[in-house]
Formats: sequence, C-alpha cells, structure tokens
Amino acid sequence: MTETGNISVATSVTKNVPDEQGRFGPYGRRFVPETLMYALDELNAEYEKARKDPEFQRELNELLRTYVGRASPLYFAERLTEHCRGAKIYLKREDLNHTGAHKINNTIGQALLTKRMGKPRVIAETGAGQHGVATATACARFGLPCVVYMGEEDIRRQALNVFKMKAMGAEVRPVTSGSRTLRDAVNEAFRDWMGSVADTHYILGSVVGPHPFPKIVRDFQSVIGEETRKQSLEEIGKLPDEVIACVGGGSNAAGMFYPFIEDESVTLIGVEAGGRGPKPGDHASPLTYGQPGVLHGSFSYVMQDDDGQTLDVHSISAGLDYPGVGPEHSYWKDTGRVKYTSVQDADALEAFQLTAKLEGILPAIESSHALAQVIKTAKDRSSEDVVVICLSGRGDKDVNEVALLLGQEI
Amino acid sequence: MTTNTISKIGQVFQTLQAENKLAFMPFVTAGDPDIPGTQRLLETLADSGADLIELGFPYSDPVADGPVIQASYTRALNQHLSVHDIFSMLEKLDHESLPPIVAMVSYAIIYRFGIEKFVKQASDAGLAGFIVPDLPTNEAGELLPVMQNAGLDLIQLLAPTTTHERTASIVENSTGFIYCIAVSGITGVREKVADELIEQLRWLKTQTKTPLAVGFGISKPDHVQPLREVADGVIVGSALVSYLQQVADKELTFDEALKQIAEFTKQMSDAAH
Repeated sequence: MTETGNISVATSVTKNVPDEQGRFGPYGRRFVPETLMYALDELNAEYEKARKDPEFQRELNELLRTYVGRASPLYFAERLTEHCRGAKIYLKREDLNHTGAHKINNTIGQALLTKRMGKPRVIAETGAGQHGVATATACARFGLPCVVYMGEEDIRRQALNVFKMKAMGAEVRPVTSGSRTLRDAVNEAFRDWMGSVADTHYILGSVVGPHPFPKIVRDFQSVIGEETRKQSLEEIGKLPDEVIACVGGGSNAAGMFYPFIEDESVTLIGVEAGGRGPKPGDHASPLTYGQPGVLHGSFSYVMQDDDGQTLDVHSISAGLDYPGVGPEHSYWKDTGRVKYTSVQDADALEAFQLTAKLEGILPAIESSHALAQVIKTAKDRSSEDVVVICLSGRGDKDVNEVALLLGQEI
Repeated sequence: MTTNTISKIGQVFQTLQAENKLAFMPFVTAGDPDIPGTQRLLETLADSGADLIELGFPYSDPVADGPVIQASYTRALNQHLSVHDIFSMLEKLDHESLPPIVAMVSYAIIYRFGIEKFVKQASDAGLAGFIVPDLPTNEAGELLPVMQNAGLDLIQLLAPTTTHERTASIVENSTGFIYCIAVSGITGVREKVADELIEQLRWLKTQTKTPLAVGFGISKPDHVQPLREVADGVIVGSALVSYLQQVADKELTFDEALKQIAEFTKQMSDAAH
C-alpha cells in the first residue's frame, strides 16, 4: 500500500481482504450511525464463528445441494460459440438454481446465520424483487417472519414478484420516500434495523453496505466461482482464460471472481450497465464513470454530484439499476485485477434475443450484459481459449419488459 | 481532548451549567422552505431562547433520520439547493446576534466536497462544529485533525447500544458536547424518556466532563424534567420540522408556522432553563 493524500492506494491484490475494520484497500469500512455499530460487531463475531464451524458448513452445503439444486452446471454453449467464431463460450448456469438466480446462495446462508444467532425476525430490501423473493423463500424454508422493503414505484412495476413474496408469507412494505426505488428501500431497511437489531437480522442482498456485509455476501456467493474453477479443471482440463460477469451491486461477480483472484492466467471482466450512454443519469456504471464516495454505509465508487448527493441512474435491467457498487470491486478496479467495462441497453437486449434463439436459454437481462460483452469480444480470441460467463439468472421475469421494448404485445 | 481555548459551543454549556440550566438546541433543515425562510427561522429560534442551533445539510440518502426530517431534506433538495448556497447564506448572517450553529451533515457530502475545503468554508461561514451522523468515531481519523486545526468541534454520537469499550474512545475524541441518542431507532417523536437512558447518562457522567446533550425522540417540555439531573442539554428535531411539513402541506402559512415554532421553542427552552 502507498499513501497519496487522504486515500491509500492498493498496489497489489490479495484475497486476504477485508481486514478487521472491513477495509478492501481503502474501500469498504463502516459509515453508519453509532446505533448500528453494536449490531455490526455482533454480526461479524457470529459470522466468524459460523464460518469456522464444520457443522454450519455441513448444513449449508446440504441445503445448497438438496434445496437450491447445486452444483449448477457449467454448460458449453456450442451454437453461441460457432456464431461468435472465436473462444469457446461456457455458461455457469446460476439460472437453474431454485428461484432462478444466484440470489438464493446468499439468502440461504444468511437465513441459516439468522437461526444460529437466535434472531426471530428478518428484514430485507429489494429493487426488482429478485432478492426479496430469494429472502422470502429462505425465510419460508426456516419459518422466519420476514418484512421486505420495496419502493412504491418498483411494487407497481414488479407485481409478479410481489405476489410471489406474499405467497411465501413475507410482508412487502412499500417505501414512499425519496426516489421510491432500491436505494430508498435500502435506507428504509437500515432504519428498521436501527430500532429492531435486538431481535432482527437484516439480510442484505448484495456485496454492498457496511462491514461485514460485503464479506458475508461474497463468501456465500463464492460457491459460484469455486464450482466453476473445479468444473473447468475436471471437465475442460484447464482453468478458463477469461471469466465474465455483470456488475450492479456486484454479488454474482464477486462470488464468481473471488476464487480466481490469485490465478494470474485468468482474465476477469466485470460488465456494468451502460444504459443509454455515458451521460450522468443515463447509465448505472459507477466503476466506469463514477468516483469514490460514501453511500449506504461504505466507501466505494458511486454516482454522486459534486455535493455528494446520490445521482439517479438508469438501466434496462432493474437488477443493475443501482448508483453504488461493492467495495471489493473498487479494490479490484484500482489494483487492476479485474477490468470493468459497460454495455448499453440495446446491446444487452440483442444478446438476450441471440442467446434465446441459439441456445434455447432466456437469460436474465442483467446477465445479458455479460453475454453482450462476450459476443462482442469472443472473436478476438483463438478457438483454444475458454471464456466462462456467469449466467446469473433466468430471463422469464424480463419477458414483459423485453416484449414492450421490441414493440410486441403479450 | 484538551484545547487551550474553549470553543464557542463549550462556552455556551459552561455558562448554562453555572446557572444550573440545560441547553436547548432546536434543529432545522437548511433550505426548507427556502433560503430566506431558513434565515428567518434561525432568527426566530435565537429570539425564542435557543442556546445552540443544529442546521441540517439536506442529503439524498439520510439513514439516521426519520420520515419527517427526510421529507424536509427532499423539499430542500427539490429546489436544487447546493452546499455553496448554504455557506453563502451562513456568511451573510450576523453571528454575533445568533447562538452557535452546528451543522448536521453526512460524511458523503463532506468527503465528496473535499474534507479540507468543506472545513475551511464552514469555518469561514461561522459554523461552530459538525455532527456527522454516519461517521463513527473510529472512522473520524481523516476529518477530526482538520477540524481541530480550524477550531471546530466534531460532536461525537453515543447510542443506547454503545458498549463501554466504545464509549471510552468516543469520550476521548469528544469536544463541545456528546450527542446522546435517546432510543435505538431513528429521529422522530416518542411518548416518554426511557429509564435505561437515565441510567446510561448517570454512568456517562462518571466517565467524562464533556457536556451531554440528548436527542432523538425529545418532543415536549415533559421530556426535559427527567433529564435535568443527568444531562446538560436537549435536542429537538422532528417535532419542530413537523411545522414545516404543515407548511408544505398547505395546512399553515410560513408566518403561522414561524409563530408556532417561536411558541414551541419558548416552552422548550423555559423547561430547559
């Protein structure tokens, strides 16, 4: 580490982050009201104990196998590969998990942690409803009462997910403050937690927020990268040359990349939502266009104005439509270990259609951003090279939106 | 932390303590309903017996604040109010005739604006200190020395859930006063003062000489009496900002709200004094 002014810059990358203060290089940490410090310390201590407890790990692995349906396959996308005329393209099929996305890996882990801590109530935030559904699912499985905060605007747009959450016994609480979307839902969940920490666990849905959340969520999602690494070695006979994932808050990418961080031969690419273009307000790409700042309790790249007010962001994908990003991604960006780029709405939409036609797979519009990047760049690699895309979720939830954008009626 | 000269905030508490009075500290948002309105509010609060004033810098994502204050922040931000606008207003005030003003400001704003630049402009504008609700004491290492050099107080916060171990480091970093959060929740109106709070304050008094001011949930004169023996000041936010909510909802004109705020401030400061 070297010091330049106030901010220390990490010069080499390590998997051995965060430190005890939650620092990934200079990023992460805890910028929260004093009221939450005790809860975060307690959560950290409990998590460290659980992590090292073989019984906890055994129970988690059993649930991942029998309830989530892991391991998820590593699939050779033959026709997509032929179409792109370059590297061999593989898909890590997180879309085949129970509930149709990677989010369940984290919520099952955190629900198990909630049980262990003896807390009888769970809260969560959700934007499009994916994390809300995954949390409601895990809570139903464990018999935990669950309140999901969701922006009023998102409730209107995502009626299907609201129905699913309620069907599984969760209470969906509308958030009417601020922009009435994901970031206000996060604020509201933190507020609830400040008054309820004694009997409530907050299942945060991405690698964001104050320490230890970025670490906990990364660890629970790392099963994606660990399986991919093992499957590559066993089924392809080598490590991938390139691994690609989409980045909103960044949980599927963090879980996919983390096990590969020390494999120097593996190129890691994170794809942000480029929206309509690089103008502020038109995209959700803080790593590409933003700068370091404080949001939702941690220090990381963020879209803010010159006064530190959070800017509105846009993406075709509700799951990537977030002004901040996990602090470990900021660390990986600054160290150069992961390259970040962005893909615009139109290209993601095209990748959605192409993958559907060539592979018979409807990818989530989030994952379509990673697909679009590979469709653009696979031809620059030889046919001996292996590229793995994290197909973080299935696109059934997106068909109405896609149809609308294509001018078709359902 | 010891300083050779006592701060403006420290002086207020010293004077009041000598007279066996509590400090009364109302909160208002800068720019709600607008900048000229805030100027009139500050004057009204001063004339009605406020000993210190807490001035909220509107922020887009305030986690520690309840719905009343967030709505007030949103009203201010909807007029595209900038940090620069707030500093310009403060520069033009006659600070001699006003109580010391403490900024309630998110670290998101201070960091992005630039720590040195923010502290310098705040100091030039006549602010006496900051309360930074999202900056726990162990993350204050970048801001605290800059503020100390400028002679400004960085007010430390303490919660009902703060452990004895953390209390020690908070107390060590404290200047001006310690903001004691009365309840484990957000700002807002509550029915009564909890017995646990009284116990915690009694214990705190044995740990530090820094004055203790109690906020979050203080909304009526009855709340003040039980705090008299164990605290040095009371802070009222949401109860006062509610009047501005009524202005926004067109239930009151701003002039009517000012009159009611003056009345409420007098009652609260009478209870404190």
